[in-house]
Amino acid sequence: MQVASSLREALITGGKTVKDVSHDISRHVENKPTKLWWAAMAVSVAVMAYGFYCLCYLLWEGVGVWGLNKTVGWAWDITNFVWWVGIGHAGTLISAILLLFRQRWRMSINRAAEAMTIFAVICAATFPFAHMGRLWLGFYWVFPLPNTWGSLWANFNSPLLWDVFAISTYFTVSLVFWYMGLIPDFAVIRDRAVVQGAKIRAQVYNALSFGWQGGAKTWMRYESVALILAGLSTPLVLSVHTIVSMDFATSVIPGWHTTIFPPYFVAGAIFSGFAMVLTLLLITRKVFKLEDYITIYHIELMNIIIIITGSIVGIAYITELFIAWYSGVEYEGYAFYNRVSGPFAWSYWSMMTCNVISPQLFWIKKIRTSLVATFVLSIIVNIGMWFERFVIIVTSLHRDYIPSSWTMFSPTMYDIGEYLFTFGFFFTAFLLFAKFFPVINMAEVKSIVKVSSLEKKENASH
Amino acid sequence: MEESKKIYWKGLEQLTNDSEFVKHADNEFGQAPEENTGHSRRDFLRMMGFGMSAVALAACEAPIRKAIPYVNKPMDVDPSIANYYASTYTNGGDYCSIVVKVREGRPIKVDGNSLSSVTKGGTSAQVEASVLSLYDNSRLRAPKAFNSKTTWENLDKIIIDKLGSVATSGGKIAIVSNTILSPSTKATIDKFKAKYPSAQHVVYDQVSAYGILKANEESFGTAMIPSYDFSKANVIVSIASDFLTSGVSPIEATKQYAQGREVGEDKKEMSRHYQFETILSLTGANADYRTMIRPSEEGAVGVELYNLIAAKAGRASVGKGKSVTYLEDAANDLWASRGKALVVAGSNDKAVQVVVNGINDMLGSYGTTILGTPVNFRQGNDEAMANFIKDAEAGNVAAVIFYNCNPVYDHPMGANLAEGLKKVGVKISTAYKEDETGTLADFIAPDHHYLEAWNDAEPKKGYYSIAQPAISPIFKSRAAQESLLVWAGETNVDYFEILKNNWKSWFFTGGNFQAWWDKCLYDGVLEKPGAEVALSFAGNVSAAADSIAVNYKASEWEFVAYENGTVGNGSQANNPLLQELPDPITKAVWDHYVTVSAKDAGDLDFREAKTLYANLKINGKEVKLPILVQPGQAPRTIGIPLGYGRTKAGKVAETVGGANAYGFVTMVNGSLSFSGAADFKASEETYQIATTQTHHTYMGRQTVIQETVLSEFQQKDWQREYQPAVSTWSDQEDHKVKPGELSMWKGHHYNNHHWGMAIDLNTCTGCAACVVACNVENNVSLVGREEVINRREMHWLRIDRYYSSAVQPESWSWKQAEAAAENPEVVFQPMLCQHCNNAPCETVCPVAATTHSTEGLNQMAYNRCIGTRYCANNCPYKVRRFNWFKYHDNQQFATSNPAMNTDLGKMVLNPDVTVRSRGVMEKCSFCVQRIQNGKLGAKKERRPLQDGEVVTACQAACSTGAIVFGDINNPDSKISKLLKIRPTKNKDDKEDITLVDKIADNPRAYQVLEEIGVKPNIWYLAKVRNKSKVEAQVN
Repeated sequence: MQVASSLREALITGGKTVKDVSHDISRHVENKPTKLWWAAMAVSVAVMAYGFYCLCYLLWEGVGVWGLNKTVGWAWDITNFVWWVGIGHAGTLISAILLLFRQRWRMSINRAAEAMTIFAVICAATFPFAHMGRLWLGFYWVFPLPNTWGSLWANFNSPLLWDVFAISTYFTVSLVFWYMGLIPDFAVIRDRAVVQGAKIRAQVYNALSFGWQGGAKTWMRYESVALILAGLSTPLVLSVHTIVSMDFATSVIPGWHTTIFPPYFVAGAIFSGFAMVLTLLLITRKVFKLEDYITIYHIELMNIIIIITGSIVGIAYITELFIAWYSGVEYEGYAFYNRVSGPFAWSYWSMMTCNVISPQLFWIKKIRTSLVATFVLSIIVNIGMWFERFVIIVTSLHRDYIPSSWTMFSPTMYDIGEYLFTFGFFFTAFLLFAKFFPVINMAEVKSIVKVSSLEKKENASH
Repeated sequence: MEESKKIYWKGLEQLTNDSEFVKHADNEFGQAPEENTGHSRRDFLRMMGFGMSAVALAACEAPIRKAIPYVNKPMDVDPSIANYYASTYTNGGDYCSIVVKVREGRPIKVDGNSLSSVTKGGTSAQVEASVLSLYDNSRLRAPKAFNSKTTWENLDKIIIDKLGSVATSGGKIAIVSNTILSPSTKATIDKFKAKYPSAQHVVYDQVSAYGILKANEESFGTAMIPSYDFSKANVIVSIASDFLTSGVSPIEATKQYAQGREVGEDKKEMSRHYQFETILSLTGANADYRTMIRPSEEGAVGVELYNLIAAKAGRASVGKGKSVTYLEDAANDLWASRGKALVVAGSNDKAVQVVVNGINDMLGSYGTTILGTPVNFRQGNDEAMANFIKDAEAGNVAAVIFYNCNPVYDHPMGANLAEGLKKVGVKISTAYKEDETGTLADFIAPDHHYLEAWNDAEPKKGYYSIAQPAISPIFKSRAAQESLLVWAGETNVDYFEILKNNWKSWFFTGGNFQAWWDKCLYDGVLEKPGAEVALSFAGNVSAAADSIAVNYKASEWEFVAYENGTVGNGSQANNPLLQELPDPITKAVWDHYVTVSAKDAGDLDFREAKTLYANLKINGKEVKLPILVQPGQAPRTIGIPLGYGRTKAGKVAETVGGANAYGFVTMVNGSLSFSGAADFKASEETYQIATTQTHHTYMGRQTVIQETVLSEFQQKDWQREYQPAVSTWSDQEDHKVKPGELSMWKGHHYNNHHWGMAIDLNTCTGCAACVVACNVENNVSLVGREEVINRREMHWLRIDRYYSSAVQPESWSWKQAEAAAENPEVVFQPMLCQHCNNAPCETVCPVAATTHSTEGLNQMAYNRCIGTRYCANNCPYKVRRFNWFKYHDNQQFATSNPAMNTDLGKMVLNPDVTVRSRGVMEKCSFCVQRIQNGKLGAKKERRPLQDGEVVTACQAACSTGAIVFGDINNPDSKISKLLKIRPTKNKDDKEDITLVDKIADNPRAYQVLEEIGVKPNIWYLAKVRNKSKVEAQVN
């Protein structure tokens, strides 16, 4: 048990005991799902089904069912891909980097954030697959597999190939990290199931927990693996979006060919990831009555990260504009002139408003500690981050070097449908997660509940 | 037991240890019949597995495609080896001498024939596209009588019978045709007329030149059209003549015009071209000075020009003209280059042409730029045709034979004719397709497509041309000449024999006939130019000026009906190659529209393709057509392309629809007038016109378009204005180097060939023949209107057309640069894969599907492509095209892309080029199949590849020679000499031509987007305008 500092605010409120923690978290797994859960599930599955139809139609007919054209070869597909990958950043950042920095407030949120990461990365991965003209070949030709064509390998120069490695590595490490964290908690659910006499549940969770017994040696190993994995994932947090940004930065297209993209993309990813974590946790917290575990303090800290990353992103935007002017490069200049005042200016200004102006409201303590304001702003930030990718991809492509090829882009129902598919999948997966998996890392949270002696001391001082 | 020596033996053999026995001692059954060890249990399972899977596979029905081999190999047909036949394209009065490429008996490509001194190897979009018309699914399969299929015997019997009874009753028989260039056909018609003395031959042309014929009859005493030579003219003034597209002989004119426009270091002079016109025509787009006039002013501008020159020549002035911008400059320039000047007018009015003849006479053009060799292109007689239609309406025509023409559609009085035909007893059409006229005929006796038929042509007096079939008739068609002969009761009806005998009697001068005839067939042309007719002008200009003053009155709105560079007069409207070919000026495809100036179109946003319908009332006819906003269009005028609104031409043309603009044409001064008063109102209804280019200015980007004016270019040591340089840390004086000199890689070699291309923006007229040639050569998919609106046309080669904007450098703003000027300068830039040596597409492909060859080609391995489109995004030139859908064997694209969706259409596919599947990227390959063919040919003959052996399809199609392709490793190649290719230095500081980096010393040569360092293998030669620097619009 921990030594509590008298200077720090308690991270878990409500005088929770270790037993309370097990009970509060596990009961959602043990109880029958609520009507609200069923309703949410129905909506998610319906959306996913519609999206799946759109996806199947795309695969049947060809990429032409999207609104892409000879000039704009990527639009919603890669926008959505980058957006989801960005969202996927928060989980690992919270569990890995904050673990290394010994930020204990992460303990209440890391489980859900990691789950979100995994689902978001799956959502993201659907787009590079779906956007391929010949998926049936592409899904394995992009891997450097030995083949019968002699020395025919993937092109290691291509940032798309780097993406394949970056995302698959990131996904694998995140999945392992997440699952490993779940093991002791599965064991708790199993133990409770044994007591409650729920045989099947006990067996299932026993299998899921790999028969965890909780010996001191096991815990020791568990913690060292957690640390190693945290160490492994930390560079990944930075590398994934760096590499994603290189899809653009290594190209020759004005508006893409920008050296500040890697840090700018990473900051943006963390920015959007935290916003998404907030959106999800505020709902989970409310529905599962986890106010004592995810406190206003947690929310405030996350909002502070949003201010920081939002400001970095804002500076990046302004730097881009400055360089476009300062460099004197005509095409770069026009690309940004076109972003600001061209036919897609509305998307640029949506991005600016959502990403640069709105997070600044969090400087006001009242706003950053308000649940409603946080919820609304977290959604706005994610809208803004979607527009950021749209602006980068579409407005750079639609008017590049040769004016004769300038075109507009407008999405079709299949562009929208594919996006909805990922939403449907994401929420379906998240709801399943919330129902069947402990949404808060019980094992870790137990390490920060106040000890009973301290509680007594506190009571005495009143 | 040890003692027991009892031995049991199987037989005596064992006892005796017989050697035969010992051999088989291990076998249980001794020498029993040998066991068949071939079938083990495993084999059984294997067989069963195979059997089951074979049954399962057989259950999945695979499409059966029959490939029937030759039983006896025909002579000259070698699989995969192309044969070439010289032939002749004729379509009414249009002519082109061609070479047909035939693979396994199927014509797949038409190229120009350079042996012809009329077309000199040039082609046009229509000529290039005509090969697909051969495989048109809407062609007639057999003759038709009274709307049902019949046999030739039956048809002939009825027709002979009917014509006989008409002849006996003395009824009038009319043979209606467009201009017939073929002397043998004319002789055939004469034979027919001999049999039926009441027969009359009526000739009309869709776009008539009857006014010129009449004017020349008045001016010179003979109704003929002389040969124009634009190459000899230093100053060309055109009053609304689009001689590069729809003039009398556009292919010839394009070639000559380009000769005059060509500049180089040893030729620093070029022609100056003034254009006065209403719509922005292709010719006007190439002009140095262009003035917008209204159609009613054409005559008055001519008269004014006459008066201006008459004042200098000391002749009396006539009538009252109208002075317009640049007209005085034009007059001064013309007068200054007397004898090397040429004035042409597009008007079909005799009076206007007489005035122009008068001007040319004063300028001494006759005998210098206008030669007395009569051309036979447009011989139509508007009055005779009008009289025929009136006769038909009056019921005075007993029988009519429409010889390969379609006047119900393409004559202004077509509707009257359709009415009149009801009163005609016998109606016969010989068109190879059932068209608007054929539908009204009782009998259709389908002629061959020109590629299936023997024929000849005399485009100019003394210049003969022969057409030989490149394929035996696909359907049960018959040469129209043969039909006429059969109906005339001739016994000798083999048109080939007749043609051969005609040539023998007309042109053969002795010697070995077979050898002579073979030579004629080989060359495709026979040229025996006679003496030129002396042209001495005796026209009455004053009367003409008076007639002009009477006939033309300005009205609020005026229209011009014109032939565009794609669908043309509409006879090939069912050819999707032409429907999907962007109009050289408007860049619109698959749509009929009216062009209106930006001011008149009001608030319509020019860039967005969304537009409004206009309600038009012309010549009493009301039509609704979408508006296309056109810079350079004279105010309060509308332009309407001819050739649309076909109602019976096949699926393609009928899908496009539109309005028939021939109905707007009226008779003025005894000939057809393609302009007049109109009533125009924009409606509220919106429409989207499919265009392939939606932004029209080049934004002042000199890296894309580089221009200069002649006076600058003539200066010694002239350098292009735009010379990008990159600042470096180096200790050179200005710290600047050329972008091409910066590289991470040095000393890369192309040891064998290094393919490159030069495109001269000065001689490119933008005619787009190369685009069609590229489509046909490379099996490029045609995607249809919807997909063009989605901006997904597949053209590997496109012609970018840019207008100048009104923005000035001192008040530069991007916003202003985005909009075209009211009367813009125009530049055409053929844009195709630049085959970059540092190709940005190659590095980004995750599967290495696009790679660089050892000869500098940027190659696509379709089979490896997974379709991420990253390469297309990263292509700075945006020349990569993605197969968004399956364009072949897909009913969705059957109309727009018959070449890949119908069995008949597929015959046109080039077997050397893969048809691309869905989901892969494609782009220009520099005709790699032609390169390969050339290399293999040279290899077989054990010799190096000669320069000029490999010609890309676009280069071959280019009438003006603006495209030069070749090996820039070869210092003697045409391209190396043109560009003045200089090798760079290798590591050892020695010049090495095989190094990738080469320098082009031609001062006009530049590479598009040079500064981004992708090092293209295509150089453009900067455009030179022959105008004063002050007036050149800079952006």
